[in-house]
Amino acid sequence: MAKERKVPALIDNPMSFCAGCGHGIVIRLVAECIEELNQQDNIIFPIGVGCSSLLGGGMVADRLHCPHGRAASVATGMKRVTPDTTIITYQGDGDAYNIGISESLNAAYRNENITVITINNTNFGMTGGQMSWTSLPDQKTTTSPKGRDSGATGLPFRFPEMVAGQFDVAYAARGTVTSPKNVNKLKKYIKNGLEAQINGEGYSIIEVLSPCPTNWGLNPVKAMEQIEEQLIPYYPLGVFKNRKEKQDA
Amino acid sequence: MESINLKSERCKQCELCFAHCPSDAISFSNELNKAGFNFACVDEEKCIRCGICYTMCPDGVYAIAINPQAKGEQ
Repeated sequence: MAKERKVPALIDNPMSFCAGCGHGIVIRLVAECIEELNQQDNIIFPIGVGCSSLLGGGMVADRLHCPHGRAASVATGMKRVTPDTTIITYQGDGDAYNIGISESLNAAYRNENITVITINNTNFGMTGGQMSWTSLPDQKTTTSPKGRDSGATGLPFRFPEMVAGQFDVAYAARGTVTSPKNVNKLKKYIKNGLEAQINGEGYSIIEVLSPCPTNWGLNPVKAMEQIEEQLIPYYPLGVFKNRKEKQDA
Repeated sequence: MESINLKSERCKQCELCFAHCPSDAISFSNELNKAGFNFACVDEEKCIRCGICYTMCPDGVYAIAINPQAKGEQ
């Protein structure tokens, strides 16, 4: 039996992402979860700088474009002033992990009651595909044309595992958008993150492995295959810190 | 009966729907949309309304509607 499928009114606008970019799928999932949890009139999005900023072009909701990397701190302020409002940061890996690692880690450390959605495409997409902390060893980018030298630049960075292992956060997970099965799983992760915030459980982070066909120099279908073959072995999918009620169940 | 509706002007021809469609119901038009892409088309005879195109589309091209008559019959 077929189900009714309709893009939520919250984001039912054309968006200017490149063809095959994963952002569009993730934004739709976030909007679906917001509608299902009846939060569409009760949200603010602190948005990062980068391709994630393009969310603002299509979404009909309160939002603030934060200084680069500072969305977690802005979200902290918003949540403390309006504790009943659902606050969702929407950032890229360059914004949340390179530029804003201090803000991202400190918000997680304090277990701020916010939801953080980070799109990890292993580069700085909007500015031309420069290397980020999540670029894989030997990955060619515009600033590592011979491949990332991990000896000189460090190893790729696994944020959800770090905060799940070190800090008292409510929920930490990583999903991807490579197949219908993975998209459906990712939606469950996002919904759990939002429910954790609505129930006052604390900080939730959902990282998404997302393709960047333009800067990876691949067509969209091949870019999805690259995630399966190269990214997932380094960035495993799953829940790294589950909500307390789920642990007890 | 469910109907499948397309907003062809949004299609960027990424072909993720085409790659995942289990019924080979999706093809691409010879015409271009305003953005300059050969937009996706659905063969309604082959389409089983599974919604996988909706799930994989990053640009909100697809919608599956259940018409009121079919709803009343349930």
